Amino acid sequence: MKAIVVGCGRVGSAVAKKLTKSGWDVTAIDENEEALARLGEHWTGGFVVGHGMDVNVLREAGIEEADAVVVATNGDNTNIVVGQVAQKRFGIECTVVRILDPARAELYATLGLRTVCPTSAAIEVLSDVVKSCVVKPARAPAAAS
Amino acid sequence: MFILVAGGGKVGSNLARALRRMGHEVTIAEQRRERFVQLEDEFEHAAILGDATEIFVLERAGIARPPDLVVAVTGDDEDNMVICQMARERYGAEKVIARVNDPRNEPHFDLLGISPTVSATQTIMALIEHEVPEHELIHLLELRKENLEIVEVQIDKSSPSAGKRVSGLNLPTGSRLISVMREGRAEIPDADTELQPGDQVLAILEPGKEDELRRVLLKK
Repeated sequence: MKAIVVGCGRVGSAVAKKLTKSGWDVTAIDENEEALARLGEHWTGGFVVGHGMDVNVLREAGIEEADAVVVATNGDNTNIVVGQVAQKRFGIECTVVRILDPARAELYATLGLRTVCPTSAAIEVLSDVVKSCVVKPARAPAAAS
Repeated sequence: MFILVAGGGKVGSNLARALRRMGHEVTIAEQRRERFVQLEDEFEHAAILGDATEIFVLERAGIARPPDLVVAVTGDDEDNMVICQMARERYGAEKVIARVNDPRNEPHFDLLGISPTVSATQTIMALIEHEVPEHELIHLLELRKENLEIVEVQIDKSSPSAGKRVSGLNLPTGSRLISVMREGRAEIPDADTELQPGDQVLAILEPGKEDELRRVLLKK
């Protein structure tokens, strides 16, 4: 199974490594050559330097034979467009897009894009953890006068 | 009309000014604070500070009404695409116009159905094509939605169509000659019109028929 990961930052590189461990053939794309270092010394997958909006870069990474595409650059709108290009132009059904803005993530989910919003996840988790704390009132309530 | 302009750079601000002068109601969204301060001097409450791909910014700019026209002219193609998509899909804005900064992104705008688009590079290229005679078939207008285009052809002595009547041309299906300009006068050709060297011919055709049309009118 072949996967393309667009954006090799903290998230993209970790996803690329994780998928490789599970037996996927992964090619990462990043504008910045130095991003290759994030994949570690023993990286055996592919790496293409370029912008995900560039169809030639996507082709060079092998998008035409890909089974899955993960889009996780640091720009929400870039991710939204690249995700739609992978899905609509290259017909990759399993296209997953990271969108930080919950509003846009929700909207594009209704438009048929598989979106993942870490911000919404963080909001849920943070408020759940607070709710699960056993909180003692810091001060005794003021006595009724 | 109520028009929302996303992007307050040179293009956006000049556009907003011209539209206001024409009597339209305009809001203009700009995310760079420095630039916004200048816009605010001129447009007052109609200038909105913020990233127009953020829904709350769009809403402050009046997207929910929705505008009669949304013009996305930021310097970032992804932003322009997302603004147009959100305006249309979420708020039901019927008309959008997007600026293409990098002509290589044009296919992405097409893919997402964002039309019409305006690209300075493309416009200048079209003008150059018009000026440079070696280009045999000049694209004058593309009607993307209608899937038609209008081209201009110059007939010369060596053209196989010179001296022939329109009815004898064997024009490709899906194409039609709409005007023949001769000695500064344009006329609408019919089947009996004879083409002559020096004629400037306008044709309307389906994209993809250019080569066939070129063969019939010009040369192999």
